Amino acid sequence: MFVTAAYAQSTTTEGEAHEPAAAGEVHTETGVAHEGEHGTGVFPPFDSTHFASQLLWLAITFGLFYVLMSKVIIPRIGGILETRHDRIAQDLDEASRLKGEADAAIASYEQELASAKAKGHSIADSAREAAKSKATADRTAVEADLAKKITAAETRIADIKSKALADVGAIAEETATAVVTQLIGGTVTKAEIAAAVKASAGN
Amino acid sequence: MSNDPTHQFLVNKIVPIEIGGIDFSFTNASLFMVATVGVAAGFLYLTTSQRGLIPTRLQSVSEMSYEFIASMLREGAGSHGMKFFPMVFSLFMFILTANLLGMFPYFFTVTSQIIVTFALAVFVIGTVILYGFYKHGLGFLKLFVPHGVPGVLLPLVVAIEIISFLSRPISLSVRLFANMLAGHITLKVFAGFVTSLSALGALGIGGAILPLIMTVAITGLEFLVCFLQAYVFAVLTCMYLNDAVHPGSH
Repeated sequence: MFVTAAYAQSTTTEGEAHEPAAAGEVHTETGVAHEGEHGTGVFPPFDSTHFASQLLWLAITFGLFYVLMSKVIIPRIGGILETRHDRIAQDLDEASRLKGEADAAIASYEQELASAKAKGHSIADSAREAAKSKATADRTAVEADLAKKITAAETRIADIKSKALADVGAIAEETATAVVTQLIGGTVTKAEIAAAVKASAGN
Repeated sequence: MSNDPTHQFLVNKIVPIEIGGIDFSFTNASLFMVATVGVAAGFLYLTTSQRGLIPTRLQSVSEMSYEFIASMLREGAGSHGMKFFPMVFSLFMFILTANLLGMFPYFFTVTSQIIVTFALAVFVIGTVILYGFYKHGLGFLKLFVPHGVPGVLLPLVVAIEIISFLSRPISLSVRLFANMLAGHITLKVFAGFVTSLSALGALGIGGAILPLIMTVAITGLEFLVCFLQAYVFAVLTCMYLNDAVHPGSH
């Protein structure tokens, strides 16, 4: 910057030498001054008479702008962006935490469901087992009962049969006695009849 | 005189000031420098005053320019270069606002003055040199000695590197200045055709349509150039600052 300032200074005198008339005019009428300046044929951007003023005002304005940017604007926008960034990160953390909770809830639900199913199965199994064993027990009881009844009936039948068979001898004796009495008219002792019956039964 | 295309670049004194025989007058150029600072700083200040978590449209414009420059600098000069963020951001916003203000009719274009762009370029290169030597001492001179160059070619390469380094402030300033100057002159010339042709009567008015379309099209192009030149200036600033931060990695 100091180099260009010196350059501007050296060229300022040059410019004044170029147009002494214009320098005089500048003080009186600014509006018309550029007419005179233009008359010298210097291309306006290369007109070195204003270089010092341009540099000074650029230094002032750009310096002020730089200070404003670095002290006010950049910390402010940086702060806004950082706050937003933090907020988004925080929200993402919160979201992932909630997702973890939801996953845990689903897992525990699944587990509950599985254990409830298992419990249901075991209840059903035990109920079935109980019903089965009760049925078996009932059946065996009924069977035992029936067997007892059958045995009782059989013994009773055997009783009746043996009694009936025992009666057969007596009936045969009586019948034989009656028959003999009718046929022969004599009397036969009971002992003889019995022996005869026995002998025929033995045949 | 109003048809003279260079008339718009004339510097007029508004408040004559003279210190020690040097002319420090407040000119129309100074006025538009002040306006540039006022508009740019005012825009950034007012749009961000809400500090909204959810930005308004204008606030997001300010935030976008911040992030745009921040990412540009981070890519160009790495995270160590971020200490130059206020500088690059100020340069970009100042040049962009000055360029855009110059697009208004009858407004003065600050960046069409070679001395202004040259001063900004010297500011950039001066920062690079001062910071380079401050941070790396004589190691900063490694910038001029690229790696992997055969010994025979080394003096030649070093000479080329030094010339290219010294031409940087010139190319940086002339690029911005010439673009703004040429754009405004072109615009003025085509607009001048419109008025001078339409003064020729019915046929002239018909013929004036073509330069009128050109004027409209060039105006659109100039808005693009305004942004592009501010962008190019900022990108090159980032690249040059990268040399100051990492002189060995050239």
